[in-house]
Amino acid sequence: MNISEISVGDTLPERQHTATNVSLFLYNAVIWNPHRIHYDETYTTQVEKHPGVVIDGPLQGDWLNQVVVNWMGDAGQLATFNYSNRRASYLGETLTSGGAVTAIDADAGTVDVELFIKNEAGEVITPGTAQVRLG
Amino acid sequence: MSELISAEARSWIGRSADPVRIEISRTDIRKYAIATEQQQAKFLNGDEAPAMFLFGALRPLIPMDQLGPDGIPPDKFLPDLPLKRVMAGGTEMQFHRPVKPGDVLIATRSLHDLVEKQGKTGPLIFVSYNLRVETEAGELVLEEIQTRIFR
Repeated sequence: MNISEISVGDTLPERQHTATNVSLFLYNAVIWNPHRIHYDETYTTQVEKHPGVVIDGPLQGDWLNQVVVNWMGDAGQLATFNYSNRRASYLGETLTSGGAVTAIDADAGTVDVELFIKNEAGEVITPGTAQVRLG
Repeated sequence: MSELISAEARSWIGRSADPVRIEISRTDIRKYAIATEQQQAKFLNGDEAPAMFLFGALRPLIPMDQLGPDGIPPDKFLPDLPLKRVMAGGTEMQFHRPVKPGDVLIATRSLHDLVEKQGKTGPLIFVSYNLRVETEAGELVLEEIQTRIFR
């Protein structure tokens, strides 16, 4: 990937993410997170009053940075990455990640991108931004 | 507006927790890469850690009998707040160097800010931390501001 081939407004490939009980179990095991809202539906709905098992905010953050990391491949490095968890998401929902190029600095070799995770209603529940250094 | 955040809680801003030392293993990177459905070979092979790998790797290792009924370990590095339920808020990360197997890293967390906001379902307190991660030799790896939301 060459920076001269990138334009502001270019879209990054979208990807769908459907968490399952198994994937949420493995994610929370691997990050050593025992919070029951990610694997115990009865507790989650009755005690913490969520409508369902909660998809981890940081897991969405990981999916979000994969949009730009997979787009650039080995052509560059992630320099900065920011995101906000705006709305919760629950087991059973299919989320869509994607993004677009917002700025290019050819001299510095950097590209800025805007990233999103949308729910099935099309609402952006986890917006983010990243800057990559190419070359 | 700061009805929920006491002066005592506010005095925690700027305070640092004890540094944490972690050893990075290829197996741990591979497990993380599978659980997060990474697509790059360098992550799936464990040659390099994905951007958010340290979020999990730096979580505290607390004996089972100290975990709360919600499963959450006690957080000694948190001022007393009137809101108790916690959600992820987001993060701002600056990467200085990739994390690789065999790295030994030192992470230091300090309390960055406490902010009260009004949410749709009631008051919220945003607690943000500064995280600074270096190698044992003092090379900067990651600077991050992490936010947790109490409701």
